[in-house]
Amino acid sequence: MSDSENAIEVHRLTKRYGGATAVEDVSFDARWGSITGFLGPNGAGKSTTMRMMVGLARPTAGHATVLGLDYRRLPEPGRHAGVLLDASAQHPGRTGREVLRVAATVLNLPEKRVDEVLTMVGLTPAEARRRTGGYSLGMRQRLGIGHALLGRPRVLILDEPANGLDPAGIHWMRGLLRGFADDGGSVLLSSHLLHEVEVLADDLVVIGGGSVVARGRKSDLLAVAGTFCRSADEPALAAALRDAGLSFTRAAEGGLTVPAPAEQVARAAMAAGVVLDELRAAEGGGLEEIFLRLTANHAREDSTEGSRR
Amino acid sequence: MSTATTGRPGVPFGRQLRAELRKLTDTRAGRWLLAVIFAVMPAVVAGMLVVAKPATLTYSQFVNVTSSPERIILPILGILTVTTEWSQRTGLLTFTLEPNRRRVLLAKGTATLLLGVAVVAVGFLSAAIGNVLGAALRGGNGSWSFGPGGYRDIVVVLLVGVLQGLAYGMLLLSSAAAIVVYYVVPNLSSLLFTAVSGLKETAAWLDLQKAQAALYLHDVTATEWAQYATAALIWVVLPGAIGVVRVMRSEIKSS
Repeated sequence: MSDSENAIEVHRLTKRYGGATAVEDVSFDARWGSITGFLGPNGAGKSTTMRMMVGLARPTAGHATVLGLDYRRLPEPGRHAGVLLDASAQHPGRTGREVLRVAATVLNLPEKRVDEVLTMVGLTPAEARRRTGGYSLGMRQRLGIGHALLGRPRVLILDEPANGLDPAGIHWMRGLLRGFADDGGSVLLSSHLLHEVEVLADDLVVIGGGSVVARGRKSDLLAVAGTFCRSADEPALAAALRDAGLSFTRAAEGGLTVPAPAEQVARAAMAAGVVLDELRAAEGGGLEEIFLRLTANHAREDSTEGSRR
Repeated sequence: MSTATTGRPGVPFGRQLRAELRKLTDTRAGRWLLAVIFAVMPAVVAGMLVVAKPATLTYSQFVNVTSSPERIILPILGILTVTTEWSQRTGLLTFTLEPNRRRVLLAKGTATLLLGVAVVAVGFLSAAIGNVLGAALRGGNGSWSFGPGGYRDIVVVLLVGVLQGLAYGMLLLSSAAAIVVYYVVPNLSSLLFTAVSGLKETAAWLDLQKAQAALYLHDVTATEWAQYATAALIWVVLPGAIGVVRVMRSEIKSS
């Protein structure tokens, strides 16, 4: 039995393949009643992190909990956490309806629930009778989201769910996920597009090159105005800011950008006895700039990824 | 909001087993494979009724011709139940609904063995009908002499075949590779053991096809059982054990 304050807790997850590090020391939480956007360019380590969260990949270090438990310890995981990692990963010869019926068999759910979910995700009975090999990516996403929702979970873990959806489909998905979170559930969704999660997420975790580069409330991270500060003891400064309830982003050249007035930052540093070497108004900064810099490095991979999909 | 989650991790075995049985039969490819597996037995019986000499139309002979092709195609079922999870990437769904991979493998093994038993039953039934028709229509021999040992031998040979398919599937995690290896390697092995004179003595112990030939003739001696067990250890148990370790350790990816 476990009572968990956060729906998902990720503690210092690290994954190395041989000498290459795919994910480095990633930590974040997903709160109940909110949507957490997991943002980063393609190849940043989002999918690898999510695979480790649900037990499909073994972390080199660190661990994650879903509803306070290791995902693999969950009784009937499909009734607690709905997972969609790749909507295209379907047997092309199986009908959409049958995909849900197999899951309903595993979760011991009645046929009626399959019909409910098909209606919920907007797949018509005729579409559901077709084999998924003939589905568009948008239809596969709807089926995948339906598969995740089937067991009436409290947590959703979705990897790029908006991919392939048309504007109407994206609008539908936003409403669905908002309602899910407003009912007290928790949603973690990844995307490589800032604007996609900007409108939807309450909290953001931004990952680049396998590491978290920014995390916090969306409203804080998107605030352009802010304060740049620097200390010789940056970890202590970061801890001081955290203690004061301030979010921050790391600047590439060192130092931290805080979406708060200089006076608040100075007080936070003083309270923790951290010496500031630099304290000034941030130039631009904010999430948008960080994300642009991250994606610029991956622009080429991005375009090949785009053509593949 | 806080949530209490209690209970045994994962999914009850019976449900996973039913899901795996469903997955063997709910795709067009799966249904075709099963249709071939079941249809081939009445088909060879019918063929034998037309072409075989009346004197050879015995129950034992009918059992022989129905079980021989099954030893070749039935293992494909074992291969595909495992490899489609990787080749079609459905493992992303399967192993998130039941993260205990050992239990998923056990359900897959049980499901294919159950189908194997059904195939064996249909085989004996086809042979019996063939023997009755042979005597009635062609004036065939019609002998029913077979003995309980014969039933045991056929069941062992065919179910070990299913296990061999599962083993190669887990070992290679790719439909194409597993099917190719399953068809090519035993033939290469037989070729090697017949061609190299120094190996002929040991072939009965090391070559699975040679070792299992004794089971088709029935009246298996203790030595022949030992030879079959040794060959099966090498060609079925060993790849199966390595395969289980591979499935337990491998990362389930989407691409």
